[in-house]
Amino acid sequence: MPSDDAVQSDLEQQGVFFSTLNRFYNWGRRSSVWPMAFGLACCAIEMMATGLSRYDLARFGAELFRASPRQADLMIVAGTVTKKMVPQVVRLYNQMPEPRYVISMGACATSGGPFRDGYNVVRGIDLYIPVDVYVPGCPPRPEALLHALMTLQSQIDRQNLKQVRWYGKKARPQSQDFPVPSYGPHGLEIDGKLVDPVGSLPLISSYSSPMEGEQRRDQIEHPELVRVFPDMERELREETSASYAEALEGEDQHVRR
Amino acid sequence: MSDDNSELSARQRDEARAALQRDLPFALSPSGSFPSPEGGPDLLATSDIVVEAQQIAAVARYLRASLNYIYLSNITAVDLLAHGCFELVYHFYRLSGGPALTIKTRLPREKPELPSLTPFWPGAAFQEREAYDLFGIVFKGHPDLRRIYMWDEFEGFPMRKDFVRQGDKYLSE
Ligand code: SF4
Repeated sequence: MPSDDAVQSDLEQQGVFFSTLNRFYNWGRRSSVWPMAFGLACCAIEMMATGLSRYDLARFGAELFRASPRQADLMIVAGTVTKKMVPQVVRLYNQMPEPRYVISMGACATSGGPFRDGYNVVRGIDLYIPVDVYVPGCPPRPEALLHALMTLQSQIDRQNLKQVRWYGKKARPQSQDFPVPSYGPHGLEIDGKLVDPVGSLPLISSYSSPMEGEQRRDQIEHPELVRVFPDMERELREETSASYAEALEGEDQHVRR
Repeated sequence: MSDDNSELSARQRDEARAALQRDLPFALSPSGSFPSPEGGPDLLATSDIVVEAQQIAAVARYLRASLNYIYLSNITAVDLLAHGCFELVYHFYRLSGGPALTIKTRLPREKPELPSLTPFWPGAAFQEREAYDLFGIVFKGHPDLRRIYMWDEFEGFPMRKDFVRQGDKYLSE
């Protein structure tokens, strides 16, 4: 028996179009992805280049960068996400209408990149919002972003309308608002819990596996490591009053896990 | 070119030092007010003008009024943990041209407080807030000394050398 696709293309050659609702929906969806005009750092320059004439994102139907999250269905997180910026990113994501997709562009958005060990950059935007496609690179070349868009399109092609993560009768977590983190004394907090503390690893894992539409929280990314958040104030108190020699000795004790 | 420039800046520095010695002798900082650690490099050795921290406003105003350094370009802080002090570095320019005049001052790490220059150079406000935000240096007389980069709720001063070390690479230690 010929496959659906073979029959389909056979008929299309004769000017007859058959489709399933699913296929039609996915075709419409994937052929006009509207990204949000939203750049955070150097990667955004490459994103702009991708949208302009040389690389021409318009060939894939995604050239219409919108300045409002209400009119966009793709968020390209292009650049370094500082902790101070995360609440705004999550809020923008929440304001996008479903279906909505996220491309995490570059090392910074994916993992913190060169700033991963710093105090001010989140270690991956997927700690806060679900990411569909990751693009490695620092910065990724425009071709890589084009490839990410094509990957996203093939993911959209595989969507099943009945199981897609934002429709359906069952309560789907991803049609709810994602929790907007608040600023805490040691890092960003969700529901009063530290998410990405300064000085140790993230405590709550990412909202991963968006294809399955699941949302995981409160899981420890590296359960084999015991992590204790250091009391920075006490260390500061001790060390400022200690003499230089003691401070040198205590150097090794700064690191507490 | 660079030789010319360093000659010029050395001349500027010596002129300014002589003028300060004549008119504000109490403002020049005696060397050796902070001990150098045994064996380590002496990071306090400098040919720049080092002034008393509490006199910085007087010095800056004197530079502006009498020596024509009317442009305060830069304020930054250095954490000299080994010497137990913070060093503040100020760069002044003359609008008629020429290299910068560097003025340094040192503060004990336990009580990093000195007068603000914001009342005299409003443009200093953000730079002083930055030094406060990242190093915890208190500028007395600053009209609005709040954090500027980190959020207000944040605790600690991340650019201090003894700020907790972070990152995966320290996990195995
Ligand atoms: S991944 Fe590299 S190019 Fe992209 S924002 Fe980070 S530092 Fe800049």
